[in-house]
Amino acid sequence: MKRIVIHEEYCIGCRLCEVHCLVQHSSSRDIIKAFKVEQPRVMPRVMVEESGPLSFALQCRQCPEPSCLEACISGAMHRDEETGAIVCDEERCVGCWMCIMVCPTGSIQQNLSGTRIASKCDLCYGAETPACVANCPNEALTYEEI
Amino acid sequence: MKIVIIGNSATAVGAVEAIREYNQTAQVLVISEEPHSIYSRPMLSHYLAGEIDRARLAYRRADFYTRHNVQPILNSRVTAIDPEAHTVHTQDGASYPYDKLLISTGGVPIVPPIEGIDTGGVFSFSRLDDVNRILEHIQARPTWNAVVIGGGMIGMKATDALMRRGIRVTMVELAPRILNTALDEIGSGIMTRLLTGAGVEVCANNTVTAIHSQQGYVSSVTLRDGREIPCDLLVFGIGVRPNADLAKEAGLEVNRGVVVDGYMRTSHPDIYAAGDVAEAYDLVVDMNRTVAIWPNAYRQGATAGGHMVGVHREDPGGVAMNTVEACGIAAMSIGDGAASEEEYQVLFELNERQPYYKRLVLKDGRLVGAILVGNVNRAGIYTGLIRNKIDVSKCDRALLSEHLGLLSLPDQYRKHIVTGFGIEV
Repeated sequence: MKRIVIHEEYCIGCRLCEVHCLVQHSSSRDIIKAFKVEQPRVMPRVMVEESGPLSFALQCRQCPEPSCLEACISGAMHRDEETGAIVCDEERCVGCWMCIMVCPTGSIQQNLSGTRIASKCDLCYGAETPACVANCPNEALTYEEI
Repeated sequence: MKIVIIGNSATAVGAVEAIREYNQTAQVLVISEEPHSIYSRPMLSHYLAGEIDRARLAYRRADFYTRHNVQPILNSRVTAIDPEAHTVHTQDGASYPYDKLLISTGGVPIVPPIEGIDTGGVFSFSRLDDVNRILEHIQARPTWNAVVIGGGMIGMKATDALMRRGIRVTMVELAPRILNTALDEIGSGIMTRLLTGAGVEVCANNTVTAIHSQQGYVSSVTLRDGREIPCDLLVFGIGVRPNADLAKEAGLEVNRGVVVDGYMRTSHPDIYAAGDVAEAYDLVVDMNRTVAIWPNAYRQGATAGGHMVGVHREDPGGVAMNTVEACGIAAMSIGDGAASEEEYQVLFELNERQPYYKRLVLKDGRLVGAILVGNVNRAGIYTGLIRNKIDVSKCDRALLSEHLGLLSLPDQYRKHIVTGFGIEV
């Protein structure tokens, strides 16, 4: 299965990954509408952490033995049969935050703007290259078979 | 090979999924006392609150049994296990042979003997049928006031759900404060004030001594301090004790729960126990104990199921943890979060107005517990530090930050997470 690899030494903290992730997960796929208009609010599923010269973009690490999957009480968190990615079925999620309590990387976020749901990276649902990787100008994110 | 699983919740699902990951030929039987196909017990509070419908209680899709080639035997109570003959017997007179058996019978709700308990409108809060009965009661009779016995996680969830239905709740807790095992005094105080502010009466250091009824339905309760509280619904939310009678009668080693090793094997080599019924390893207290939480149940089930079909992966151990909400404010307790300042190093940050509370408990420079109220963002980072026993003595203050992130962590550990799981901690 392909995974996103983070190269913190190349990241310049431009946050284009966050922008493109958000647009990719909006229903309009339009950058202005996605940021300004859409309700419930669209959230990027990748987050840039930055402190001085050090920065990196973090999204779900697709753990081989995912804690979120064993902790999920609704069955929303599951392994997608086609892509093998750990994804959250937002229709089934009840926002209990058990996944947030166990994710060692802290890459699942609360989305409280509509019905409460856990928001996480879905590897752009089988896309050849996830939006964050495709739009990283510095190749600080790569998509590789690991 | 014949595998029999007693129980039909998270542990059974964990076991079935692990078995079928590695083995397609074993014959798998799931025997459940309840008539329902797999549903999520922790979601029952959401169902009681009216947030979700019955369909969304399903923990796995309706075709789970067929897709995993499992034969479900529902509405059938196991009455005995014969370890010598490798057979289980059910109430309807049937018996089923097994090569490997998993006992995942969960817990039974604790209901203390109280005078007048056998009346209408009195319910436990553990299974779907309990909640269906509560809902029927609420729909059939005007219900304005409820008493919830138990101020722990279960009592809290019942209280929150009933409040959302517009029912006024009085919460009765035996200990001096609510959520006393999960939260420390400050955390518990915040939750108490939230509840009180929303109209809940919290009666700590108290208990119900008598239940009174009129025309066959509960009408009031008498508390230990002499007060009489009128109510038209009484819910037991004290918690569960391990449902270990079957195991005990079969001669297995049982303390509080069924004693198991790292592969969830009991004292009999072909019998496993996992989930709320088992007394398994807890890596924070470094000993075996019963911790009735969902993630442990699933993982232990998977460990047992894997071992049955030859995948010998030892369970790394559990961390006691839970999350609860009152009036939309989330609280989390991870590991030994409520440990006292006398024994451990304690760091905290408090803003009562928000409310925002973080309490970190360290032992020898390593995190052993955390409490979070209000802001629970990225809480799992703490869980990871606890599980991996990372030395955080150099960055302990940064861990308290409202903007906790991987950058708050020791470099090596951050690189381990960021760069890939191949890098050793």
